[in-house]
Amino acid sequence: MNGASAANPPALPDPQDRDFLLGLYGTMVLIREFEERVKFLFLEGTMPGTIHQCQGQEATATGVCAALHADDWITSTFRGHGHALAKGLTVQEMLDELFGATTGCCKGKGGSMHMGNMAKGMVPGIAIVAGGIPLAAGMALAFKMQRTQQVVACFFGDGAVAEGAFHEGVNMAAIWQLPVVFVCENNLYGASTRIDKVMKNPRISDRAAAYGFQGETVDGNDVLAVHAAARRAAEACRTGQGPVLLELLTYRRTGHSRRDACHYQAKDEREAWFSRDPITRFATQLLARGDITPADLDAIKARIDSQITQGVELAKQAPQPTLADLTTDVFA
Amino acid sequence: MKRQGIAEALRDGIAEEMTRDERVFCIGEDIGVPGGWGGAFTVTLGLAEKFPGRIIDTPIAELGFTGMAVGAAMMGMRPIADMQYGDFLFLASDQLINNAAKMRYMSGGTVKVPMVMRAPIGATGRGSQHAQSMERYFTGVPGLKVVAVSTAYDAKGMLKAAVRDDNPVMIFEHKLLYGSKGARAEPGAVDATSEIPDGDYTVPLDRAAVRRPGTDVTVLGWLLMAHFAAAAAGTLAAEGISAEVIDVRSLSPIDYETIGESVRKTGRVVIVEEGPKTGGVSAEICAGIMERFGDHLQAPVVRVASADVPVPFTPILENAYRPDAARIAQACRDLAGR
Repeated sequence: MNGASAANPPALPDPQDRDFLLGLYGTMVLIREFEERVKFLFLEGTMPGTIHQCQGQEATATGVCAALHADDWITSTFRGHGHALAKGLTVQEMLDELFGATTGCCKGKGGSMHMGNMAKGMVPGIAIVAGGIPLAAGMALAFKMQRTQQVVACFFGDGAVAEGAFHEGVNMAAIWQLPVVFVCENNLYGASTRIDKVMKNPRISDRAAAYGFQGETVDGNDVLAVHAAARRAAEACRTGQGPVLLELLTYRRTGHSRRDACHYQAKDEREAWFSRDPITRFATQLLARGDITPADLDAIKARIDSQITQGVELAKQAPQPTLADLTTDVFA
Repeated sequence: MKRQGIAEALRDGIAEEMTRDERVFCIGEDIGVPGGWGGAFTVTLGLAEKFPGRIIDTPIAELGFTGMAVGAAMMGMRPIADMQYGDFLFLASDQLINNAAKMRYMSGGTVKVPMVMRAPIGATGRGSQHAQSMERYFTGVPGLKVVAVSTAYDAKGMLKAAVRDDNPVMIFEHKLLYGSKGARAEPGAVDATSEIPDGDYTVPLDRAAVRRPGTDVTVLGWLLMAHFAAAAAGTLAAEGISAEVIDVRSLSPIDYETIGESVRKTGRVVIVEEGPKTGGVSAEICAGIMERFGDHLQAPVVRVASADVPVPFTPILENAYRPDAARIAQACRDLAGR
């Protein structure tokens, strides 16, 4: 009824497997290159709307989604392009959506902030801060009542922790031990406001203990650490020991939205985080393991760039809605 | 066939839907506590024993449990959420307005949110924050269906139709109409009992109901005001004024077909609303009538509504605040004389 498979889900791939690791790397590069191209298109003025981007945070979406099964779900936010790509939405359906085409994942009615695909386990992004938290708890309640083995990973930022919806949603998930992995991408800034201005205890994973469940802070720029933590969390949820709160420490390389130049981010802070860039770090690890050569890395990037270039050309010519589409899709 | 009040009829309706469809469940505050109330107005009394695990008592977290209902509905369940007092809908409105109502549209028609939100309203001696007429805040939200039930027959039939509908449906109930007998009967309660058929039935969510036919003036109301309008019509009949009383019932969408038929006949309209006059549902209905049937009007539309003040506590002021049968009858007399 929600895409659940009847049998137990297939085992996830061996996290040491070379193809699996290259897959993680490819997804992170895909997210980075997608976001860079979208930024270009936005500044160029050919793409309508606004954008909230995730350059620098590629390891969180990639590591978490790789720990989920195809019939597991995610909820996302206004900063959801990375989550969508990691959950298996195609470059084309996303670019088409950004260009407002009827071939987009939401027929051009969602746009950047509401990216999603119900056939791929991603509900449309929820652009009200923390709005996805009670929603994810309700999805998990459904899984529990339907006796499926499914899990929902609920992405939100550090800013969401200040919302009442966070408190209400995690509390109910806790008292009913619901299968939700609460994934807080702590990038240190809620829009332009740094977390030390808005929370006395900046260690967000500590919140879990207050509600009586497990929380963990993880290096969110280390895709393997994220992945391992997300696997443990998802497994805990599947065995009735949910929910779990994962705080993933990461950093946004670009503005909160649109033309934000990030003047509120200190130079030394930016440099420190840029030196821990998740893609560069993982590439270094893969090279050290001998899994890949520098030429392979270039080839991956070139392949992705060409895929995106082709996608943009198609999206620019994709069919736009007619005026008759204005009033459809309001009611089921 | 049996005679029931709204609370009992809703209870039976919920039980029948839960028996028919295992995806249906209830979620809200104090709705299934053993030895408890079955919700603030007894609607779910005894259902927790009958349906273990499917009457879910939540913390006092209106935003949270409303969001959970939305999420569960998106995953194929059919939740009936219970808002203890309608006034608390302000806390839950982000999930209702930003998520439940918009998911279908912003997903390009791929998400379904088949949830029901029940909420009691009405000024009933509880002061300003357990009294407001909340329907006005939701009727202008595309993606939500909004109904108001004033009889036990409608309450059961519309509840069932709402549960079976694939969209979010808000059902407004009135605290003075749940039942005029029993432990939780309210002072000032009005008899809203109906003969309830034995078999399954539904009542459409988009049709008004003509409660009393008439020829001189059309009186539109819903919830408690539908009853007061009927009482006023009785008084007017004795004076030779024939008032047609329509229970608008479906507040979004509004059934202009039924309303229009009456307006064309009478040419005179009084709209009665509990809740402040400014910004109410009656303003929308008035505009809708003007646009559609303005040429048939023999006099401007008249509204009878509450004062533009918070709901007062003390009975003398509460009674002065809310329209009653006498005020409705006087408005009809004035209009019929024009």
